Amino acid sequence: MSRLVPGLRKAAPQFVCLAMILFFNWLAFPGFFDLRIQDGRLFGSLVDVLNRGAPVAILAVGMTAVIASKGVDLSVGAVMAMAGAVAATMTVSGHPLLVVLLSALAVGVACGLLNGLLVAVLELQPIVATLILMVAGRGIAQLITKGVIVTFNDPGLIFVGTGSFLGLPMPVILAAALAIFAVAVVRRTALGLLIESTGVNRSASTYAGINSRLLMVMIYAFSGFCAALAGVIAAADIRGADANNAGLWLELDAILAVVIGGTSLLGGRFSILMSVLGAIIIQAMNTGILTSGFPPEYNLVVKACVIIMILLAQSVSLGAAGWLPRRVPAAKSKEA
Amino acid sequence: MINVLKSIVLGSTFALALAGSVSAASLTVGFSQIGSESGWRAAETSVTKQQAEKRGVDLKFADAQQKQENQIKAIRGFVAQGVDAILVAPVVATGWEAVLQEAKDADIPVILLDRGIDGSPDLYMTMVASDQVLEGKVAGEWLVKQAAGKECNVVELQGTTGSSPAINRKKGFEEAIAGTPTIKIIRSQTGDFTRAKGKEVMEGFLKAESGGKNICALYAHNDDMAVGAIQAIKEAGLKPGTDIKVVSIDAVPDIFKAMADGEANATVELTPNMAGPAFDALEKFKADGTLPPKQIITESKLYTQADDPMKVYEEKKGLGY
Repeated sequence: MSRLVPGLRKAAPQFVCLAMILFFNWLAFPGFFDLRIQDGRLFGSLVDVLNRGAPVAILAVGMTAVIASKGVDLSVGAVMAMAGAVAATMTVSGHPLLVVLLSALAVGVACGLLNGLLVAVLELQPIVATLILMVAGRGIAQLITKGVIVTFNDPGLIFVGTGSFLGLPMPVILAAALAIFAVAVVRRTALGLLIESTGVNRSASTYAGINSRLLMVMIYAFSGFCAALAGVIAAADIRGADANNAGLWLELDAILAVVIGGTSLLGGRFSILMSVLGAIIIQAMNTGILTSGFPPEYNLVVKACVIIMILLAQSVSLGAAGWLPRRVPAAKSKEA
Repeated sequence: MINVLKSIVLGSTFALALAGSVSAASLTVGFSQIGSESGWRAAETSVTKQQAEKRGVDLKFADAQQKQENQIKAIRGFVAQGVDAILVAPVVATGWEAVLQEAKDADIPVILLDRGIDGSPDLYMTMVASDQVLEGKVAGEWLVKQAAGKECNVVELQGTTGSSPAINRKKGFEEAIAGTPTIKIIRSQTGDFTRAKGKEVMEGFLKAESGGKNICALYAHNDDMAVGAIQAIKEAGLKPGTDIKVVSIDAVPDIFKAMADGEANATVELTPNMAGPAFDALEKFKADGTLPPKQIITESKLYTQADDPMKVYEEKKGLGY
């Protein structure tokens, strides 16, 4: 509890932003907070925010770990397309659900391992190393699907994208489970501290006895796993693998979610839950634009303005000038 | 001397005879395709190959992988090989003057497929393309007939903002419903031509229009967005095709499946057979030198549930959509 209070205070700018976005959504569309039960599941714009935000939230969980280690993973969108393509083509050729899911996730882990090897062992710059798979991955996905949208009707796989559990859509459940699991692993063990230390100064951490090479390979593999999970959800949601468009530009949304969540791109302190909150903020904005009835020409401009305001709200110097209710971060302690 | 003359005469008659037979049957045509950016593009490629095979045309195919420099290289290659004609589906509108002039200087007719270019129309023989405004109009006219004077609120899923099909298909639809005040577009958003965005945007429309009860019809600028939106309508507990009518454009196989299931109502075909009219024009030109009009417009055919959608689905499935 004593740790929770400063954590919440630190998260104040993000919560204020989310509240403001939701308020504007409500102004533009008064039914925004309406919820009802439809076919045994909650139905309403708020559920849409969580459901549509789930893939980016899942990507952001993996991306947080990568960025905390002073890296970046640009390949997650392409890995999504590959995992979706593998899941769809294997389902069409009649493999059982468990095999399909494990194979798709294994593809993600393999891609992550490749990224990890390039970054940690061959010492390529992360932005370049993951750019390789960002470009090639989508091509591989197109090869797997032979350039068409592979559609499937397997109820098991469709359930992953559109089913519901306890009244909530499956993607939300999966994203929440993944986030809780990741937070538990990094904060109940020393893993989070090791990641932060590697991100702040890799050679010092190595001299202090951290196997930073293995750690970084594992981090990229985890990011690949998250991307594959998001890819399976995205494919299951539309009952088809669209290699050209699945996960397109989502790597940027994931990075943005992490940044909105307050994790520095220079590595070090990170918070997975705040990144998930960042993903929800982005989606609340997207859903708000869709329900508001603005002409589509305004979408990107509105989005950019909101993002600028969110980032300004987090700005250290504005906070120090006393413009905004934010503490200047003096203590470099870890906070979940 | 006489012998030499004889052989020249013989040789040239032989060559003439050969040339005659060439124009009748075995044309060699180079085809520079953009790449495989979409299912429709893949279908266009396979239909072009089919058409060439049917007519005994020797088709030299070059895939440009979405890059203009590859297309320019391919066209130069075709000119060097001395093909009888070149088909180009230009990836962008600008920057074609030099290479098309080279083809013109070599007396090789160039036919543009599906997309136009900026520049002098003298650089190419003709352009085979669909009329995107007409596509929107056909969809709109279908809806006017369906609504039969009743109130009808339409939601529109636009293509990628600013793209020419999005602008033109919107324009055509609006023109068609302009004379019918009972039909109104109440919401219009971009779904980027993709299934996932089509579904997400439709979810937003349904929420914003009291669970979809205000919506009488959906007009999507392509079938993929309609397929995504159909799922969103189902998840909202409504019947697509009945509670909300669905009309879209392109005629890809999956929309015929939806029509067979009664979940979509109509689609306007953007035919992948651009090469057929191009070869027709070319054969006529080679036979007696008739120049085709500068623009050949393909048919924008309307398909509804009455057109045996399952049969069309089976026909289209193999084309690589």
